[in-house]
Amino acid sequence: MEGEGDVMNGTPSTRNGEAPWEELVTAALLGTDRRPPAAAAGREAPLALLDAAAVATVRRRAGLRPGRAARRPEPAPEDPRPALPAAAARRLAALLADRSGGAGGGRRGSSPDLMELLPQWLAAAGAHGYAAPAQTLPALLDAARGRTDLRPAALAFAGPRALWLARLNPDWRFALRAAPGGGAALPDAGDGEAVRRLWQEGLFAERVALLGALRAGTPAVARELLEGTWSTERAEDRLMFLDSLRAGLSAEDEPFLEQALGDRSRNVRATAAELLSSLPGSALAGRMAGRAAACVAVDRTAASPTLVVEAPHECDPGMERDGVAAKPPTGRGERSWWLAQLVEATPLGTWPGRLGGRTPEQIVALPVADGWQGELHAAWCRAAVRQRDAEWSRVLLGSPSAPEAGGPGAVSLAERAKLLAALDAGERAEWVAGFIATHGLSEAFQLLGVCAVPWAAPLGRAVVDALDIARDAGSYPWSFSGVMGLAERCLDPAEATRLDGLLAIPDEREDASPGAGGYWAEAFQRLVTTLRLRAAMAGELAPDGTPGPSGT
Amino acid sequence: MTEQGVRWTADQVLALAPDAASRKAGSRLGTAGPWSGAGSGEGTVWGLCKGSGSRPYQTVVDLADVTGPGYKCSCPSRKFPCKHALGLLLLWAEGDGSVPVAAEPPDWAGQWLSGRRERAENKRAGDDGGAASGSGAADPDAARRRAERRAKRVTAGATELEQRLADLLRGGLAAAEQAGYGQWDETAARMVDAQAPGLAARVRELGAIPASGPGWPARLLEESALLHLLDQGWLHRDRLPDALAATVRSRLGLPAAPDGPPQRDRWLVLAQYDTSDAKLTTRRIWLHGAGSGLTRLLLSYGAAGRAPELSLPVGLALDADLSVFPGAGQVRAALGEQYAPPAPAALRPPGGTTAEAAARYGEALRADPWLDSVPVTLDRVVPAQDTGAGGAWQLADAEGDSALPLTEAFRSRPGLWRLVALSGGAPVRVFGECGHRGFTPLTAWPEGPGDPVTLC
Repeated sequence: MEGEGDVMNGTPSTRNGEAPWEELVTAALLGTDRRPPAAAAGREAPLALLDAAAVATVRRRAGLRPGRAARRPEPAPEDPRPALPAAAARRLAALLADRSGGAGGGRRGSSPDLMELLPQWLAAAGAHGYAAPAQTLPALLDAARGRTDLRPAALAFAGPRALWLARLNPDWRFALRAAPGGGAALPDAGDGEAVRRLWQEGLFAERVALLGALRAGTPAVARELLEGTWSTERAEDRLMFLDSLRAGLSAEDEPFLEQALGDRSRNVRATAAELLSSLPGSALAGRMAGRAAACVAVDRTAASPTLVVEAPHECDPGMERDGVAAKPPTGRGERSWWLAQLVEATPLGTWPGRLGGRTPEQIVALPVADGWQGELHAAWCRAAVRQRDAEWSRVLLGSPSAPEAGGPGAVSLAERAKLLAALDAGERAEWVAGFIATHGLSEAFQLLGVCAVPWAAPLGRAVVDALDIARDAGSYPWSFSGVMGLAERCLDPAEATRLDGLLAIPDEREDASPGAGGYWAEAFQRLVTTLRLRAAMAGELAPDGTPGPSGT
Repeated sequence: MTEQGVRWTADQVLALAPDAASRKAGSRLGTAGPWSGAGSGEGTVWGLCKGSGSRPYQTVVDLADVTGPGYKCSCPSRKFPCKHALGLLLLWAEGDGSVPVAAEPPDWAGQWLSGRRERAENKRAGDDGGAASGSGAADPDAARRRAERRAKRVTAGATELEQRLADLLRGGLAAAEQAGYGQWDETAARMVDAQAPGLAARVRELGAIPASGPGWPARLLEESALLHLLDQGWLHRDRLPDALAATVRSRLGLPAAPDGPPQRDRWLVLAQYDTSDAKLTTRRIWLHGAGSGLTRLLLSYGAAGRAPELSLPVGLALDADLSVFPGAGQVRAALGEQYAPPAPAALRPPGGTTAEAAARYGEALRADPWLDSVPVTLDRVVPAQDTGAGGAWQLADAEGDSALPLTEAFRSRPGLWRLVALSGGAPVRVFGECGHRGFTPLTAWPEGPGDPVTLC
């Protein structure tokens, strides 16, 4: 083969027995006036050049042969997961095709927002344990690249072949960074030698990943690794490593954390203190309890029992060592700032004993003297969130239908949302349902965000009823677009039939906003369509055609 | 045909969409939500789609017509088919009972259908009887005079172009680079006036070459020489064999009618892709004859913004007649009678090695020296990155050490990554176009079982 023809896509070579191709090109470039061709029997020089070039071109093309093969890529690792059902594969392609553009531009009309359903679809497909079709991997990687919130689910679903692919395209480098150990498998927790080597020699990201992985199964091993090299780590790294102890935190970690309270870095000290305070039995928690208990007492001399607060007068070195920040943020008094930190770090179990054996409910109901209620209750809220205490969370949340629950009050909506997270899913949904039934939807968005998906029946009904009321009140649906969007994604598809009555365009009333009825019908139409779509998606993913375990 | 016809897959439906926006809009409407009164029967699908107005749109699709689907929708969209028709077909393709089989279409759909089928019937009758006594044959002298007039203008155009090329070579390509694009545009316009659209298109491409990067003088000389060859072919067509003369005529863009004998086969759709310029969308559909082993090309055109009428999604096979156009080595054909609607088929075309593909292109040049590429299927090839050539991708034989480089245009398309992902380092079968610029993959099949994956 060699010498018979040119390599495809390569540069033309010279052949014997005729004007070499380079000579023709040079003549053409300079022009035949300046560079006349050698032999042009009875033909104008330029045409003779074109004749020769035509022959050379066709001859060269006809003689093209393949080039030499490059090194083949390493085969992608096997993906042992079962293949996606055909209908679900088509759905995925449609969801991914919807990704580019469309978002944010213009009115949405009555058709569902497919991109918003992709996270749910990925979660459900992941729960079933399907493998992603190979040809969808580029689109999945592009989607994960554009939206960081999609990354973990998209990459998990995309599987080992996506990491193989990401190594070939610089656009997808992020996937290698996101994968633990830069795409290389982490050593088995039982392989002590490999674990130690990675910890000693690995990159920062690999070491964080290693610590996180070990913490999930064998938390003590992770802590011992960290203790071994603690004094030689840089301050920023110490902070990140310490933070990864949050997972699997237990009393066994206390000695190490106590030692970290003496760290050179203030941020490291503060994090160690925070971790210790969430261990109710720790010495730090005990010290904080002692300090806080000295500040809060029941005044029995008043007509009815009242809480009196005597905030600390100084922030002594012991408090500072236990993580209390001495300097308050601008605009806050020193003493109330110190009190808030003490109460927040105090185990909530301390209070019933300290305050006359009262239950949390009774304690929260006590009046507080001299305007300290806001400060004290807010600190208890943060403590309940930090210690994930369901009982205190419940009493601090109060009744959802209480009039003050809707207003700003002592407990902000953001804090309420956090308190709700400490309750179990059913109780959470019921509380938010009660809140919406009393206060409507205008403040509900944040609270709905912490509820389990799909929404429990009472919550779903409360939302739909509230939307119905909002429509009757004559406002435009886009005032509720946040809640509408949530409802499309979170409402149980089984509720779709209950919405049928809302699809009609009602007669316009005089006091209603012009055209609002039509827009509402459209918004409900989109809600119902999206719910049906979600039901269809779940059905396609189920191997036997019934809705899957995740219930999306 | 069965009562319901063959239910299409969603991919086949989406391939009907005129553009990406319609595909997206159609997918959104492919759910039961906005539809009411939907039904299907005798190759027809109909339904009412709720839009933003108070009256729902009436949408009907006629799939029974063997010349291609017909659409009717009361929406104001100028896309064809509109998103409602696509959504309705998707809903029907899903087959979950949202589009039940019904005995009779509603009146509004029935009227359009019967009108349409009547017209089709008349047309067919007209075609059958018209061949002998049609208007074209009514005045053969006039037709001949028209053809002669046009031939004269083309000759004048080709002569002028020869002069233009001679001037170019006399002054040198380097000088032409400085002169820029404008003079080529002017020459192209002169070729349009000369009724030689094939020459006009090639002249316009010449104008783009000086800006195409390193090595442009060689490429400009190659294309100028082939244009010169085409001019010469036309000016001396009386001395060419008939088949080659016909090739020259078709390369110049002169009208031709398919004259090959109808060839009935099960034609598998290998690839379908569109290219468009400001005025025209050209759709190319590659077919593989399951029985004959032949590869054929169907062309279909649409005005800008409208999809070409013919749509044959990849993976379908149709039992139909094809007739080739005149010309040496011609693969372009016209679709004749279709004996059954297109249906999904699990066929794959047989493939060869990269060396065979390169040889196939070389042989095809013998019949048509202006060919840029030939359709071939490669079997057991692996996409690999040639680190020596700046990381350019190629298709390498799984067994053996030859490889075809992928064309530069393909290397920047998303299809490249679908191909690489599908392969995962393992051999795949790939259909594409192989020519002097390299190989352009169009469709690939995985090593194991699996549907074709379109790459274009």
